[in-house]
Amino acid sequence: MSLGPRELRRYSRHLLIPEVGLAGQERLAGARALVVGAGGLGSPALQYLAAAGVGRIGIVDDDVVDETNLQRQTIFGTEDIGKRKAEAAAQRVHAINPFVAVDPLALRFDESNARELVALYDVVLDCSDRFPTRYLVNDACILEGKPDVYASIFRFDGQVGVFTRDAPCYRCLYPEPPPAGSVPTCAEGGVLGVLAGIVGAWQASEALKLLLRIGKPLIGRLMLVDALDGNTREVRFDRDPQCALCGAGATIRQAREMQYGEQEARDVEEIEPSELDETLREWALLDVREPHEIVLGVIPGAIHVPASELEARLHELDSARRYVVACRVGAKSRWAVQRLRDAGFSRVRHLRGGLLAYAVEHEDFAFF
Amino acid sequence: MTVRIIIFARLREIVGAAERPLTLPSGALVRDAWAALAAEMPALSPLETSTRVARNGRIIATDEPLHDGDEIAFLPPVGGG
Ligand SMILES: [Zn+2]
Repeated sequence: MSLGPRELRRYSRHLLIPEVGLAGQERLAGARALVVGAGGLGSPALQYLAAAGVGRIGIVDDDVVDETNLQRQTIFGTEDIGKRKAEAAAQRVHAINPFVAVDPLALRFDESNARELVALYDVVLDCSDRFPTRYLVNDACILEGKPDVYASIFRFDGQVGVFTRDAPCYRCLYPEPPPAGSVPTCAEGGVLGVLAGIVGAWQASEALKLLLRIGKPLIGRLMLVDALDGNTREVRFDRDPQCALCGAGATIRQAREMQYGEQEARDVEEIEPSELDETLREWALLDVREPHEIVLGVIPGAIHVPASELEARLHELDSARRYVVACRVGAKSRWAVQRLRDAGFSRVRHLRGGLLAYAVEHEDFAFF
Repeated sequence: MTVRIIIFARLREIVGAAERPLTLPSGALVRDAWAALAAEMPALSPLETSTRVARNGRIIATDEPLHDGDEIAFLPPVGGG
């Protein structure tokens, strides 16, 4: 795709790099990138892909901008609260670079559209925030022969890697997701905002390298970023001959979203946020959030035993008593209910969606 | 033998340190290093099946042997974005 005078001026600092140059910049102008998730990672990735002049950028996200996103999702401003992320991000991409065509896809990336969407682009950036979507992005990419530029973050730690059809894939690295509730999400565990910037920008760099066909992509290498210690490490990994997707006896032939957490959810008795007030007349509330989370809001009368100390402090609880277990978003509490069941507590339930869901229905409950 | 354990993400929150030495009997395997750590901290156990282990910068199976001075990194899956 040939560039006009205004584009040549805009991209002049790229044109000066021999590895990019005019041919590389034209290649970017003809390239298509799909960004799955316009969140913490998607924010920097989208902005750099747009500024770099990737000709067409798809943005898949079915979510809406929330005030708690703004600490790290720098593609949005305060005025975007309440807007659809795909659309607000597309506007920003257009403002950065009107030479880029944007596809705002305000829908959920799921098994009904995964392969179809992936097939329309040259490279896919996995900027999602849940395990089933990560496996789905990987499977759709490998099946369609498109590179999956993966990154993920938690608190101060980040991972970046590139999965392709003829190299190790995400399932070779992590054959199965962790048990539901054992690994907190950013909504539950928190994340340093700028880590999303560092890791998402790195992800954009990997995507640009693949599109330009330059450098050494992070294939078979997992980059580990530690913002707290200020260092990076690399670990190498091989293709898993037993990989369910790319191994010799592969069983996965279609991109299907895995059942995740739902089995456990059925096994754990839940109560709805709307039932909590009523239930607490007869049940005790066991709050299993960690001490530093308590400042975000408390329900009066709750018993606090952090999930991390639950096993050691079981003796403080009475197995004959009835407990509603609550945490921030309902993952740790589900895990805690299973632990309590194993320890002989028969009348325990967990608060679905956690205190965050309760706060949505109770405006007088100050919770953040 | 003594190996150096490096711990990431969720595991680091549980262990409370990014690095620590671990002394194991000679002939110990990768999974013995995990078992020694999990014996101290039972909260690690739900993550055992999904955590990958790298020995000196390469991800390996848990039945591989360890050697004195090895650097063992425990890499739990990270999902946030
Ligand atoms: Zn694989």
